[in-house]
Amino acid sequence: MNAPAAAQIVSCWSCKGPVATRALFCSVCGAVQGPGTIDHFTRLGIAPSFDLDLDALQRQYFGFQKRLHPDRFASKSSKEKALSQAQATSLNEAYEALKDPLKRAAYLLNHLGHPVDLTACGTINDRELLMEQMEKREALAEATSPDQIAKLAMEAESEVIACQCHISAAINASHLEEAGHLTIRLKYLAKLAEEARAKKTRALRLP
Amino acid sequence: MLLQLHEPGESPAPHESERGLAVGIDLGTTNSVVALARDGATEVLRDADGKGLIPSVVYYGDDGAVTVGADARRMILEAPDHVVSSVKRLMGRGTEDLKTLAGTLPYTLDVAADGGMVRLKVAGRTLTPVEVSADILRAVKARAEEAQGKGVDRAVVTVPAYFDDAARTATKDAARLAGLEVLRLVNEPTAAALAYGLDNAAEGLYAVYDLGGGTFDISILRMEKGVFQVKSTGGDAALGGDDIDHAIAERFLAERHKEHGIESITAGEAKQALAAARVAKECLSGRAAGDWVIEVDGKPSRHAMTRDELESLALPWVDKTMAICRGVIEDAGIEVAEIQGVVLVGGSTRMPLVRRKVRDLFGREPLADINPDEVVAVGAALQAEALTIGSDTLLLDVTPLSLGIETMGGIVEKVIPRNTPIPVAMAQEFTTYQDGQTAMAIHVLQGEREMVDQNRSLARFVLRGIPNMAAGAARIRVTFTVDADGLLTVTASEATTGVEQQVAVKPSYGLTEDEMANMLRDSLVNAKDDMASRLFAETAVEARRSVLAVQAALGADSDLLSESERQDIDAAIAGVDRAIAAGDRDAVTAASEGLEAATKTFAERRMDRGIRAALAGMTVEKLDDALGGE
Repeated sequence: MNAPAAAQIVSCWSCKGPVATRALFCSVCGAVQGPGTIDHFTRLGIAPSFDLDLDALQRQYFGFQKRLHPDRFASKSSKEKALSQAQATSLNEAYEALKDPLKRAAYLLNHLGHPVDLTACGTINDRELLMEQMEKREALAEATSPDQIAKLAMEAESEVIACQCHISAAINASHLEEAGHLTIRLKYLAKLAEEARAKKTRALRLP
Repeated sequence: MLLQLHEPGESPAPHESERGLAVGIDLGTTNSVVALARDGATEVLRDADGKGLIPSVVYYGDDGAVTVGADARRMILEAPDHVVSSVKRLMGRGTEDLKTLAGTLPYTLDVAADGGMVRLKVAGRTLTPVEVSADILRAVKARAEEAQGKGVDRAVVTVPAYFDDAARTATKDAARLAGLEVLRLVNEPTAAALAYGLDNAAEGLYAVYDLGGGTFDISILRMEKGVFQVKSTGGDAALGGDDIDHAIAERFLAERHKEHGIESITAGEAKQALAAARVAKECLSGRAAGDWVIEVDGKPSRHAMTRDELESLALPWVDKTMAICRGVIEDAGIEVAEIQGVVLVGGSTRMPLVRRKVRDLFGREPLADINPDEVVAVGAALQAEALTIGSDTLLLDVTPLSLGIETMGGIVEKVIPRNTPIPVAMAQEFTTYQDGQTAMAIHVLQGEREMVDQNRSLARFVLRGIPNMAAGAARIRVTFTVDADGLLTVTASEATTGVEQQVAVKPSYGLTEDEMANMLRDSLVNAKDDMASRLFAETAVEARRSVLAVQAALGADSDLLSESERQDIDAAIAGVDRAIAAGDRDAVTAASEGLEAATKTFAERRMDRGIRAALAGMTVEKLDDALGGE
């Protein structure tokens, strides 16, 4: 936001007049503009935070899509169709990144200048986390009765929620290093919870 | 600002008043339906006898005549080798795909055609499924034109949600051959949900179970205040009522051979057995038992069947759909109990067995208050109205199948996972495996399996011009883009040097641009005129847009112009209007360029003023407000 104000103005592709880089439509001629390179929070018009109201997030997403989706531009010129597709694509990307707690934590930390690499942590260097996850995985693999599996699934689910609370607290206290570790932990917890849930569904399906 | 959006971007074209409304078309395996929406009220377009269904059957006469619909279906028994039915099952399919369909196809394939798209041998002609579908669409178009008393050239066409990219492309090509501009390809369950949801003001999570003649789809949607958001979708593009018909027909033929001791099955016998099987299946939805007669070459045979027997034949197929339903519910990340309703779509859902199984799985009575044969076309018509006239509803759909790229060892690396909301663009980086490698073969695949040969090949292309580097140093960024029709485009570039490679994707099973051009030439008497009028329409839309933009700018900033400058611009605008009215594309292009030249100084002054205002200490936030920012 410290960039000179002039840099925030570009020429509208349609009427050639001035338009803010962040504008969705030109205020003079009404033409749809390109999506630009703004962050996901700004794109969906919400304040950067880990503690998002998911209903509000969805309302914002629907609201923007209602105006920018290619279905609104089906009888417009091909340039407008292409811009609307780019806008809708960016909205989908932003919404997908923010609605999921794990992706949101990683994105927010990156946004706050403390990137977490979720793909590179296939090698866990946190011994404690590694041992814990191995034990839990084993317990899930050995569980056979639907009750046992359901109990493990519930435990995994509550650990996911607890971890999310810790991430929230760490980010709000600006302990980004800690939040980064917790986010990696959340990745494993979420994976386990998902597997437990899938196993529970399969177990219940059997007569 | 919202108002500006809904203002039509152009004044009616000269031909607009003669142009019929855009229609919704359900291009089905067994039947096709066309519907129209006006002010939210929908109407299925029917023939003189009140029939809304057009059998998707085409008869090719020896004299070159083409008949579609009920008349063609009647010819199945008389001239089986002149009739094509269930062609939808072949859309976007290659010859090798058909091994899985072996024995279930009621037509002769041209085996001489190697690779690429399947071709059919009918009445001495060789036809692609795209051409046969185009013939069906021409008949559908004719019905719509008759109903409106006007030419119809725009449509929303539905496809099974589980159709892959090749089948979607083939459908769009077929419409183009039939002289229809496809406004949007809409997934059948999504179209059904739109029709159902708007009719019932439904809110919450719903499942749409769509079992047609040749395809099965299941989608889970969230409906909320005019937004129809698909959470997950799944299905089988080669599973439907046809399979059950074949199972019955096989039984009938076995019985017949026992009775008459005949060894080989003739085409006529097979088609007649299929026809009897279809009748038997439909009858047994209403009663518990019956018997049917097949007569070929003066030899009749009688076949009895009870509903229980039918159900045991149909059960494996129905159970298969149930397994797919469970997977889709799991993909949506929801529990069955959260689903507030199950909508039934497709003629095959009339079977009591299907209704029972759906009720058992979802724990509630399924909904079928809109005719399951017509609900998809009705939804498509509503979407056609939304796209052309405007609407407050919004369809947000997903990719049904994962999209990926072949990597070393024949393993597929997924680029876009299934159930990703569309439109979407995702990129993945790959690298070279040899020193000095300057080209890279890119093989695009669709499907859920890990190995290349278990997935569907969509396209292959070669990225050339990679700079000479050590193995693993190049960074090839491959971007997959899926548009709102669910169609994929692929681009690739080398990231360290920025070498962008223009790649022509040759579809594995589609038609090439050349083939398409040839077919257009062959099929349309006035193909040239058609192409020219399309190009003109596109140019005129663009020219009108620029006139409106200049007029808007004049409304805001005309104080920046002297009297004579203003007159020049007004004259340029009048020039564009005149060229459009004259219907001359080159003149429109020239006039548009003239307008751009006449407004160049004006645009510069407007930019200067905008930037000066910004520098004059206005806060960025205020400026955004002033300039229409969000």
